[in-house]
Amino acid sequence: MAELADVAHAAAEHGAEGQTVQEYITHHLSYLTYGKFPDGHWGLAHTPEEAVSMGFMSIHVDTMGWSLFIGAAFLLFFRYVGLRATSDVPSGIQNFVESIFEFVESQVNSGFNYKNPHVGPLCLTVFVWIILMNTMDLVPVDWLPEIAMAVGGLWGLEHMSFKVVPTTDPNITMGMSISVFFLILYYSVKNKGLGGFLSELAFHPFGKWMLPFNLIIEIPTLFAKPVSLGLRLFGNMYAGELLFLLISGLLGAYQLPAHFVWAVFHLLVVPLQAFVFMMLTIVYLNAAHEPAHGDH
Amino acid sequence: MDITLTIIGQSVAFFVFWWFCAKYVWPLFMNVMEERRQKIADGLEAAARAEKDLELAQAKSTDQLKVAKVEAAGIIDLANKRGSQIVDEAKDKAKEEAKRIIVGAQADIEQEVNRAKEALRAQVSAIAIAGAEKILEGTIDRAANEDMLNKLASEL
Repeated sequence: MAELADVAHAAAEHGAEGQTVQEYITHHLSYLTYGKFPDGHWGLAHTPEEAVSMGFMSIHVDTMGWSLFIGAAFLLFFRYVGLRATSDVPSGIQNFVESIFEFVESQVNSGFNYKNPHVGPLCLTVFVWIILMNTMDLVPVDWLPEIAMAVGGLWGLEHMSFKVVPTTDPNITMGMSISVFFLILYYSVKNKGLGGFLSELAFHPFGKWMLPFNLIIEIPTLFAKPVSLGLRLFGNMYAGELLFLLISGLLGAYQLPAHFVWAVFHLLVVPLQAFVFMMLTIVYLNAAHEPAHGDH
Repeated sequence: MDITLTIIGQSVAFFVFWWFCAKYVWPLFMNVMEERRQKIADGLEAAARAEKDLELAQAKSTDQLKVAKVEAAGIIDLANKRGSQIVDEAKDKAKEEAKRIIVGAQADIEQEVNRAKEALRAQVSAIAIAGAEKILEGTIDRAANEDMLNKLASEL
């Protein structure tokens, strides 16, 4: 970080309101947090330090709010289109939504080999929701936080943080991947039976005489699924957002071409990460539906 | 990596959105797709049926054409036959008529001849009497010689 700090000092004049670049970026990477202060009362944190002091008993109002808003908007929009959909030649908006629907459905059909009517909706929800949350990082990094600060100033929160890309919050990505993990556990036990599920952990891949080794291999494998699923999405989006912030904080007036290049690159990353999340969900759930291996 | 209540909030949101999507969004599009699939299948089936119908109709029309041709040939034959029959009948009738006219004419001629003969007879007796009167230079009693005159006239 030493070099970064040097650059930051050199570019300090460009920073808004005399902030250093480091302060600028830290501010952008903090959350608008509502939670329980160490002294026991609940309220909005005014500084990142206060937010950290709240620990687990707090909620990120900004990322959580955007996540809920985006998810609800997408589902209501799809329902709106679905209610007006006809089986005749589709046009305009219906065509657009149907193409997304068909894309997800074909992925589910090809990747998921069992009968479960709930997997399709799950994948549609996850795919579109994540795409839209990721897309928030194409909004210029200062627009929404500046508006939020202007509004927050009315209540004495003129320095509040306001994070707009939900998938750069590990709580959001891990919240989804842990949900998928619970589904993996649920469907595994449901389809293989508890015994079948546990025997997969204990007696594979080396048979029952190597049980400890099997457990050492299989249990981390199982837990790696939600962690990799959530952290992959988080890592990609966080890194992307950080680079946007660096460009914005360091380059001053010359940032536009760099922003453009990085945004174009991100046009690829945004759907790709959503697609990867969906495909892995399909693969994991498919594995959870596979019948238990033969007796050992 | 500050893990907070947000992770639970997001999990809850995840399940709620999933439920909403499964109940209120997914079936709408599923139904539309199914309906459209059905419509397309129906359309294709109808097209295949129409093609078959067309084939059948064509075969039928050829058959009917054949039958019609045969029928037409029969009708023409019959007409020809009937035509010659009519001509024959007409000929026969004409011949008969001609015969009848000839017979009538012959009868008329005979009648005329007879009538002329009668007139001639009457005049012959008068001429015979006049000749005989000249020869005898006296009158002959017509009534007295009636039989002889009639005999003469009938011999003519």
